[in-house]
Amino acid sequence: MIENLDMSLVDWSRGQFALTAMFHWLFVPLTLGLSFILAFMETIYVKTGDEFWKRTTKFWMTIFGINFAIGVATGIILEFEFGTNWSNYSWFVGDIFGAPLAIEGIMAFFLESTFIAVMFFGWNKVGKKFHLLSTWLVAIGANLSALWILVANAWMQNPVGMFFNPETARNEMVNFWEVLFSQSAVNKFLHTISSGFVLGALVVIGISSWYLLKRREQLMAKRSMIVASVFGLLSGLFLIFTGDSSARDIARDQPMKFAAMEALYEGKTRAPLVLAGALRGEEAGSGLGEREFLFRIEVPGVLSYMVHLDPAGFVPGILDLVRGNEEHGVLSLEEKISRGTVAMEALRELKDIRDTDSERYSELLARFSDEEWVENHFRYFGYGYFRGKDPATVIPHVPIAFYSFHLMVFLGGFFVLVFLATLYWGIRDQMDNKRWFLRIALWTIPLAYIASQAGWVLSEMGRQPWVIQDLMPTFAAVSRIDTETVQITFWLFAVTFTALLIAELSIMFKQVKSGPKEGEK
Amino acid sequence: METKKPNLAVRIFRFYYDGFRSMTVGRKLWLIILIKLFIMFAVFRLFFFRDFLEERFDTDEQKSDYVIETLTNF
Repeated sequence: MIENLDMSLVDWSRGQFALTAMFHWLFVPLTLGLSFILAFMETIYVKTGDEFWKRTTKFWMTIFGINFAIGVATGIILEFEFGTNWSNYSWFVGDIFGAPLAIEGIMAFFLESTFIAVMFFGWNKVGKKFHLLSTWLVAIGANLSALWILVANAWMQNPVGMFFNPETARNEMVNFWEVLFSQSAVNKFLHTISSGFVLGALVVIGISSWYLLKRREQLMAKRSMIVASVFGLLSGLFLIFTGDSSARDIARDQPMKFAAMEALYEGKTRAPLVLAGALRGEEAGSGLGEREFLFRIEVPGVLSYMVHLDPAGFVPGILDLVRGNEEHGVLSLEEKISRGTVAMEALRELKDIRDTDSERYSELLARFSDEEWVENHFRYFGYGYFRGKDPATVIPHVPIAFYSFHLMVFLGGFFVLVFLATLYWGIRDQMDNKRWFLRIALWTIPLAYIASQAGWVLSEMGRQPWVIQDLMPTFAAVSRIDTETVQITFWLFAVTFTALLIAELSIMFKQVKSGPKEGEK
Repeated sequence: METKKPNLAVRIFRFYYDGFRSMTVGRKLWLIILIKLFIMFAVFRLFFFRDFLEERFDTDEQKSDYVIETLTNF
């Protein structure tokens, strides 16, 4: 069946999922970051009793409300797609995905129906402290709501805490805490929300810069910039720390993605970190899509240090991961395929003999509970699909992984400089004279979104061909439906989401232009 | 004379009612939310996003068999 699979169905299904996820992610990070900035501003208001901070909080709350209203529920589409376009995958992941998404749904419901209402409708109707508590709970709740989907995503990158039931072909959660607190889940959550904090801070700084350029709302703009730059700077530094931890997770659990991020083909001890570089358009002669560097600036030993905290550590390259490297204990692709095929054939035989040979059936069933067999064979289940295929099919698109990673890191560093400069000139009250910087800060808003999307492109494109690391390749996960249906829904989504985006931008621009008004909801 | 305080349910209802009535930007946003939810659930969900396995099979066993068949027939 897989052999007869129309690959355009896989491509359109992937394209559709990417489109919806990327549109969804245009709305989410601002909610994550701006909600905390509101909470800080309102805390200052409650502490000082200064009405200026109430007015400022209310203005940014309106911006938050516009983004929240347009973005809310756009993620539900992704859940529709799981059941329709990715039915094999949905069945295979079992309750691992169901439980976190259900918790997210319940949390989002309570958050949206109660505390957001108090936050928007409760001014002068509930006590100051209760209102402030609601604002903080919205911020914490919004970020916790993101936790569950990120845990589910981290599980796909590093499946842990489950048992594969061969009778149902479903993974069953055996250790909720292992799924929730796996290193990849914790790092993914922290890295993702801190990227949202940085984006939220940059949006506040960017809009405030526009006011200063127009010489309007100057006091609100300057004070907002200071709050946002402190929050952004701390978040930016934390983002670098969690990014470093995430890189180690990737090197451990997804070494092919890690090698692709750095376009590292030959494994090395004292492996250098490429700070900047460009890849040649044409492929080199290895037959594995190898790209050579046109130029690169690199720092010796840093990549090894990132992975092993030791500059002499060995980092496997793409060719090592395909051909194997006995000296450094790297299994070859051929070996993984052979082990995966054993697991796949066991699952197939189990189904075939279910009603005819009970003794053999029990024997095969026992294998899936045997930890050693699972570790040596089932762990490589997905590689069984690559038997007889071109080895290049297990390598992600290297230029996409390389450029998205380096763009994200470069912009992340640039954002920290923007926060430092904003804070320095903001505290010294010199921002009015730095009109060139105000223009840069304004144009940093789209860059924040580009960096945020680049992070997801790296995460999801870099892990190809896997939808669940080493267990299920993307092409095995899709439902056998008509490609035309997927094409129709792709364009329907494109139109709907574009309309939503235009609506958001036009309402937001109008709101920013009109500025803060007392009592606006 | 002291006026009696309305009960909690009435106060919550009034809180939301007054909140919605006094909205300005929010009215437009609510309209967008309602249109969006209508498109998602009444159009996308109903006509385009039927659950693939749910629609074709009645029992979990049939679904398992189908998925195993698909996953292992390569």
